[in-house]
Amino acid sequence: MNLRESRISRMLEGLGRVTLLCKDALASLFTFKVAWRDLVYQIYFVGVKSQSVVLITGAFTGMVLGAQTYFQFHKVKMDSAVLAVVSVSMCSELGPVLTGLMVAGRVGAAIAAELGTMRVTEQLDALRALATHPVDYLVVPRLLALHVALPLLTAESIALGIGAGYLVGIYLGVDPIYSWYNMLRYTGPSDVAVGMIKALIFGGIVAIVGCYKGMFCGEGAEGVGRATTEAVVYSSITILISNFFLTLTLGRILNTI
Amino acid sequence: MIEVRQLEKSFGTHRILESVSFQIERGESVVIMGRSGGGKSVLLKHLIALLKPDAGQVLIEGQDIVPLDERELLRVRLKFGMVFQGAALFDSMTVAENIAFALRRDRLPAAEISRRVGTVLEMVDLPGIEDKKPAELSGGMRKRVGLARAIVYQPAIVLYDEPTTGLDPIASDSIDHLILRVRDRLKVTSVVVTHDMRSARRLGQRILLLDNARIYATGSSEQVFNSKDPVVRQFVEGISDTGELDALLEVRPKPESQ
Repeated sequence: MNLRESRISRMLEGLGRVTLLCKDALASLFTFKVAWRDLVYQIYFVGVKSQSVVLITGAFTGMVLGAQTYFQFHKVKMDSAVLAVVSVSMCSELGPVLTGLMVAGRVGAAIAAELGTMRVTEQLDALRALATHPVDYLVVPRLLALHVALPLLTAESIALGIGAGYLVGIYLGVDPIYSWYNMLRYTGPSDVAVGMIKALIFGGIVAIVGCYKGMFCGEGAEGVGRATTEAVVYSSITILISNFFLTLTLGRILNTI
Repeated sequence: MIEVRQLEKSFGTHRILESVSFQIERGESVVIMGRSGGGKSVLLKHLIALLKPDAGQVLIEGQDIVPLDERELLRVRLKFGMVFQGAALFDSMTVAENIAFALRRDRLPAAEISRRVGTVLEMVDLPGIEDKKPAELSGGMRKRVGLARAIVYQPAIVLYDEPTTGLDPIASDSIDHLILRVRDRLKVTSVVVTHDMRSARRLGQRILLLDNARIYATGSSEQVFNSKDPVVRQFVEGISDTGELDALLEVRPKPESQ
């Protein structure tokens, strides 16, 4: 009973801290002038350095999706709808989710490790002692950078996924013109909008979870290690769960379902 | 300048500070002594509100800083410079960027910033190392850069968390001299936490001895070092509690004699 209570209270405490961190970050966004140099560096780190990972993920997801859809649809003679399926699923689901997961693994982990190391070596305290709010200086540039970079990375991965799916479709014998026409017919601006809004939100999740885990990590090398792992696990799970609810909510708002 | 009233702090069930009260006047230099793990650093961090007490007040120039939130505290902390135990330099930046960190919000011209950085680096006897990274420096050099970073914006109070721990006697000696130089030149109030008797004797106009979560003794440097009180004597002379040690050795299995 005691164990369960302490577990629940720890969970609630964590939730409270994350909420306060979000509130702080939001307040800071509106009042604090972000140092452009820090922001540009973070965008470079998040965006440019994640290129290869995101491109490979996008391309191969599009390819396998194209192939699998073709195998199933070919049985019922619906070959020309293959690309439409690839495009809608890449835009609204697979693009943002897979890019979010890859970035959570790469960037979320790096953020947690960096901030965690700063915490255990008293650099966070030094920052505070030098009259600098850690949220202003560390969290806000990372949050903004992920808000900017993740939608762009997602757009890239969607485009590459559709392109790769198209090539695989043609290779397997789908009519190129017909399927391109169907893709344009069934993919609306709202599908793209859903993907971009999701990417924006997932960017926030990766940044906040990574920063939270780093700033409140346990002592020593073990604490940093655990913070890094937990940052990846928790942000991935949060992305997957929130994706389901986002699909329902955004669908209702944008009238796609 | 600094007043602490009835400060209480526990981590879990472990009581670190218990009704700790004292006062530090402007321009004074006070040494807080105590055993390792005895709550000295914790006490020091309360003065700049890096930690919040469970109960009690910390008054800086008459203002209670305990109820302030993190953003309100930023203004209070401008009065402080702090030298951390492990120097806590930002390892992603060069020495010059570390020192100039606190100056960046003043929007000074670059030439002025580099002039000031050069001046404090000279003051801590490390001229010309602006472009080095903290990882390239020795422990003693890092502490001196940490000191330079804490004084470059000329705070009214400087807090030192074990400034000489882990340094050889010559390096600690030079750090002590630096602290005295900073105190005399910049007329700052200094609070030094240490368990190094030599530097305590040298730096402290007044000494607070922390024992068992309470302030056990307080007085001028001579009073404390000439005290006849057994606990103070034991601490000043560095005698361990031999009874405990013997008890520990008794428990150990004796080596086989054959």
